[in-house]
Amino acid sequence: MDRGPTLEFTGAEIVIKCLQEEKVEFIFGYPGGAVLYLYDEIFKQDKVKHVLVRHEQGAAHAADGYARSSKKVGVCLVTSGPGLTNAVTGIATAHLDSIPMVIISGQVPTRAIGEDAFQEVDTVGITRPCVKHNFLVKDVKDIAATMKKAFYLASSGRPGPVLVDIPKDITVAKARFEYPETVTMRSYNPVTKGHPDQIKKAVQLLLEAERPMIYAGGGVILSDAAPQLTEFVRHLGFPCTNTLMGLGGYPATDRQSLGMLGMHGTYEANMAMHNCDVLLAIGARFDDRVIGNPEHFAQNPRKIIHIDIDPSSISKRVKVDVPIVGSVPDVLEEMLKQLHTTKAKPDARALKDWWEQIEKWRARDCLKYNRNSEIIKPQAVIEKLYELTGGDAIITSDVGQHQMWAAQYYKFDKPRRWINSGGLGTMGVGLPFAMGAILANPGATVACITGEASIQMCIQELSTCKQYHLPVKIINLNNRYMGMVRQWQEFFHGNRYAESYMNALPDFVKLAESYGHVGMKIEKPSDIEPALKEALARTDDLVFMDFITDQKENVFPMVPGGKGISEMILAEEL
Amino acid sequence: MRHIISILLENEAGALSRVSGLFSARGYNIESLTVAPTEDPSLSRMTIVTVGSDDVIEQITKQLNKLVEVVKLSDLAEAPHIERELMLIKVRAVGKDREELKRMADIFRGRILDVTDSTYTMELTGTGEKLDAFLQALDRSAILETVRTGASGIARGERTLKV
Repeated sequence: MDRGPTLEFTGAEIVIKCLQEEKVEFIFGYPGGAVLYLYDEIFKQDKVKHVLVRHEQGAAHAADGYARSSKKVGVCLVTSGPGLTNAVTGIATAHLDSIPMVIISGQVPTRAIGEDAFQEVDTVGITRPCVKHNFLVKDVKDIAATMKKAFYLASSGRPGPVLVDIPKDITVAKARFEYPETVTMRSYNPVTKGHPDQIKKAVQLLLEAERPMIYAGGGVILSDAAPQLTEFVRHLGFPCTNTLMGLGGYPATDRQSLGMLGMHGTYEANMAMHNCDVLLAIGARFDDRVIGNPEHFAQNPRKIIHIDIDPSSISKRVKVDVPIVGSVPDVLEEMLKQLHTTKAKPDARALKDWWEQIEKWRARDCLKYNRNSEIIKPQAVIEKLYELTGGDAIITSDVGQHQMWAAQYYKFDKPRRWINSGGLGTMGVGLPFAMGAILANPGATVACITGEASIQMCIQELSTCKQYHLPVKIINLNNRYMGMVRQWQEFFHGNRYAESYMNALPDFVKLAESYGHVGMKIEKPSDIEPALKEALARTDDLVFMDFITDQKENVFPMVPGGKGISEMILAEEL
Repeated sequence: MRHIISILLENEAGALSRVSGLFSARGYNIESLTVAPTEDPSLSRMTIVTVGSDDVIEQITKQLNKLVEVVKLSDLAEAPHIERELMLIKVRAVGKDREELKRMADIFRGRILDVTDSTYTMELTGTGEKLDAFLQALDRSAILETVRTGASGIARGERTLKV
């Protein structure tokens, strides 16, 4: 250390030193009373760049988007009390999608804890159920070790957000600084290598399958296993479907890809999922939006192999025959090795019949929509965006119909190009996600596909985008409704559109302009292409594109809540 | 089915609430929960009695193992084990009842810890069933107060739960 090992530093200095040791590029935050000493240290250095958001929810989402679109841990910094509670939605969003994040929160001084002090909340208590782990630092000497643990926990095993709560007096107190090189925790030792016997059993089952199916989730993205998955699927010649969180894990334009499965999955993916005889689940968790009603799913007998780093994800909703606890790339590599050495091959004849069946399902063309509409169809906007960006943009989305259309019509061939809130379904994430993604990927085209309802939930971040010159392309699919709510009301509540109409909308063009951005309003289908071209050409500007779309368009296919995965409503049936 | 989950966890502030929070958040039952530091003061030993199907118990143990502060755990009900619970009980003891209560305590191997003109305070150790049986054997109106610790358990034979 340049200042000598006997020198002491304040807690605030130590925190920033830890961030520097972790090579943190950006910290998304908002200052306040309890974190003033931390901000003072941020001010005195320039290695860790601070991004000032306009609301702490934006800080958490931006750090999250940064993490999702890179391979790094996202970091955010908030003050005590309301600063932290504002961030909770963002922390829970990251938690449900297993995103590596470190949240640093200020806390009232240790002597004031429990006295209902100004801006005091029980941060550790409030966040306990929505973090992987959290810490309250009560001694300045513990800061370095705690920060090291926080980054390690966040990024290892099944990743997740880790919160470090630091009382104000701890940021003033002094201690020597030494950043630990390694972490050992007797209570935390995530498994990486899968059990060899289980892997052997799995390979055997796959080779014996007549109607195999591969179902790959977000775990493939999080563990950067797309290359291994792609090689594995191609080697076997099996069909592969990706979950909403797993899009990009296997190239969507490949013939073996059946697209997304689940509530709004393709007909072919859901039918193959339901009718397969051997299912290989990889880094996925059989959640309710994916397999629908588990009893219906269990009606068809099939053998299930499940690879996951988290044992508690296995046999949680669906009983599994061959559980393999381990890191996805490690296990897939081992399986590939065994497949290469064995002489056995999958039953070519059975596989051919299975593909013929799948092609019949695929021929239903479940994603067709009216391409000759006089009103802008939201699907057409996304298809055009896909075409013009060559499928290579980073797409963030908010939550609702537009999210499903983006997942269906933008074909993701690469991982970490699709950033959305799959688990928690948090409206408002799109813009701050895009901020994080664009900072993590300078020069990349980052588009936020959103709706007029979602975008208003974190609209204040347009100001952050101006301050830091973040040229996000906002694709606002404006149908004047909370579209997904309206769709459910149409299907299941007798067309009673209770409180789902977005009255008194702002003029989004003027709104964008008032923040110093470019605004565009697009009302005719023929204007989609020129408008998108113009917006994409403005590489230095944030362009807010307000597409006035068909109010009555619905997302198809659709598996109604509580129904089985093969019980889809298709567009043609209405 | 009833299970006794024995847990070694880091003796840190908040560890107990992580465990109890997990049970309430995921809708698992807790019949009883006891916790105290072990001979190694950095560790606590917790015994949770819970009821659930095999699937639920499997999830409970997996979810508990996922908690960062949980070092090790085992389901004692899977193998021979010893289970004990302590009860302190204060009873009205006047007239001829005094002799009767003393005899009852002897039968159940209880001990009288405190005596006044009109009450006995006793301690009784055993399985939950034995404590229930003792309460059943008493005249309900004589019971002034009971305090039970909940079950603690340990495996029989060589088996141990240690770091």
